[in-house]
Amino acid sequence: MTTTHAAFRVTRRMLGAPTVGPLLALILAMAFFSVKSDVFLEGQNLSLVLQQVMVVGVLAIGQTFIILTAGIDLSCGTVMAFGQIVMTKLAVAQGVDPVLAIALGIAACVGFGLLNGLFVAGVRLPAFIVTLGTLNIAFALTHVYSNDETYSELPSQLLFFGRIFTIGNADITYGVPAMFVLFGIAWYLLTKTTWGRHVFAVGDNLEAARLMGIKTRRVLLSVYVFAGLTYGIAAMLLVARTELGDPNAGQTTENLDAITAVVLGGTSLFGGRGTVIGTLIGAIVIGVFRNGLTLIGVEVVWQYFVTGLLVILAVSVDQLTHRRRA
Amino acid sequence: MSKPQPILEARGLVKRYGQVVALDGADFELYANEIVAIIGDNGAGKSTLIKALSGALQPDDGELRLDGERVRFRSPGDARKAGIETVYQDLAVAPSLDIAANIFLGREARFRGPLGLVTRLLDKRRMRREATDHFAELQIGVQSMKEPVENLSGGQRQGVAVARAAKWAQRLAIMDEPTAALGVKETRQVLDLIQRVRERGLPVIIISHDMPHVFELADRILIMRLGKRVAVVTPQTHTMPEAVAIMTGATKSELEQAMTKEAPPE
Repeated sequence: MTTTHAAFRVTRRMLGAPTVGPLLALILAMAFFSVKSDVFLEGQNLSLVLQQVMVVGVLAIGQTFIILTAGIDLSCGTVMAFGQIVMTKLAVAQGVDPVLAIALGIAACVGFGLLNGLFVAGVRLPAFIVTLGTLNIAFALTHVYSNDETYSELPSQLLFFGRIFTIGNADITYGVPAMFVLFGIAWYLLTKTTWGRHVFAVGDNLEAARLMGIKTRRVLLSVYVFAGLTYGIAAMLLVARTELGDPNAGQTTENLDAITAVVLGGTSLFGGRGTVIGTLIGAIVIGVFRNGLTLIGVEVVWQYFVTGLLVILAVSVDQLTHRRRA
Repeated sequence: MSKPQPILEARGLVKRYGQVVALDGADFELYANEIVAIIGDNGAGKSTLIKALSGALQPDDGELRLDGERVRFRSPGDARKAGIETVYQDLAVAPSLDIAANIFLGREARFRGPLGLVTRLLDKRRMRREATDHFAELQIGVQSMKEPVENLSGGQRQGVAVARAAKWAQRLAIMDEPTAALGVKETRQVLDLIQRVRERGLPVIIISHDMPHVFELADRILIMRLGKRVAVVTPQTHTMPEAVAIMTGATKSELEQAMTKEAPPE
C-alpha cells in the first residue's frame, strides 16, 4: 500500500512538473502528424515549423512575464504590427537609416508597453481592459500611419534575420537561433535574478510582496516595458520573415497564439507560476498543429478552430489544477 | 532604582476616522525580552494601535519613541528599517515560492562582488543555507527549503512567516492574531515558536483574542477599551475573568458576581 502511495506521489510530482504536460502534448502532436504525413518529420519541414514559431514565440516571451504577474496583454499582436509598420515605412518611404528605423520601431513597441504599464501599475486598472484599449489604438495607428499601404523592397538590414544558413539539408533563418537566445535570456532573468523573483512574487501574492518591501508598482511597470521590447523584436523578426511591412499582419493569429502558447506552456493565468521553457514548447505545439493540419490538407479555418480548442483546453487544465486553495 | 528604558514607547496616540475616534490617547510600552499581549473587545482600538506601531497608519497625534528616540513611521517600510517586523494574520507569504524564497522575500541575497553586481545573479545556495540554519535554531521542522509554501500546512506556513520576522527583526516583532486561522495543534506549534523567538532575545507584541493563550504566553497584558489603554495586568496578578471584566467595562459588583459564579464548588 505504501509503495502504491509512493508511486502515486512520484507520478503526481512528475505530472505536476511544469514542463511535462506541454512536452507530452508536443510529443503526441508530433507523433500524430508524422503518422498522417510523410513529409512532416523531414528537416526542411521542421525548420519551416520553427520559422513559423519564431514570431509567436518571441511575442509569447513578453506575454509570459505579464501573465506571471496575473495580468494579460491582448495588445501584443497589434503592437507588433505597429512596430513593424514604423520600421518599414521609415526605412522604405522616409529614407531613415534602416538600423535606426528598426530601433525606432522597437521603441514604438516599448512605448506601448510603457503605456500599458502606466495604466496597469500606476492607475491600477485591470490589464484586460487596458490592453483591450491599446489593442484598438495600435490597430488604428497602424492603418493611419501606413495609409493601408504595404511596404516591400526592404533594405537588406531589415532582412538580416531572414537570411539562411544550412544544417544538413534544412535551411534555417538567423531568426530561429535568435529566438532561442531570447528564450535563454528570459529564462535567466526569470529564474536567476532578483527581478525575476519579484515578478513571481507580485503575481503570486501582490499584498505579501508589497508588505515585504518589494516595489510592486515598479516591478509591474518594468514587466510591461520589457514585454513591449519583446514585441518590438518580434516585429523585427516578422519583417525579416515576410520581407514586408504589412498593416494587416499580426492582428488575429499571432495575438491569440501568443497567449495560447503561454497557457499551453503551463503558465497559470492566476499568476505566480509558470516557465518560459514551457512557453517555448507551447509555441512549438501551436506551430506543429498549424503546419501539420496544412500538410494533411485541412482547410485554414479549421486551424483557427483547433487553436481555439487548444487554448480553452489549456485554460481548463490551469483552472482545475491551480485554482487557489482558499 | 531607575526604571529601564522601553524598547518601544507610545504616548497619547490619537487616530480619528471622521466621527469615530479609534485611538483616544493610547499609551504603550514594550521592554526588552518580554512578550506583551494586547487585548480588547472589537473596536477597542487594538488593530489601530498595532498599525500605528508598525507604520501601517500615521496617528493624528501623540508620539512614538524607539530606544528613547522620537521616531515617525510613514510606511511599514520605515518601521522595517527601524528593526520592527510584523507577522500578519492572513499569512503574507507567496504560496508558489519555496520556503527559502519566502524567508528572503524582498531581501534576496545576490552574489557578492562584481559578479553579482553585473549579473544580478541570486545566491540561492546561500539563501537556502541561511534559511536552513535559521529553522534549525528555531526548531521548526520542514522537509526541504525547496518545498513550495503552498504544500505546507497552515501552521507551518505561519511558522515561515514568524521565522521570517524573527530573522529580520533587529528590535522587535509584532504579531497580529498569528493563530487566528489555525487549528488547535497548529496553534500550539506557533505559540511554542513565539516562545522560542522571545527566548532568543527578541521582544514580541502579540494581539490575540484567545485568553488562555494570552495568559500562557504574555509577561504583561495591555487591556484596551474605547481607544484607550485602561489597564496593564500580568498573568500573576489577575485572572482571566478579571481581565475580561476590565476589557468589557463591567462594574465591580458585576465582576464579583461573575467571580463567585466562576468559582468551582468545593
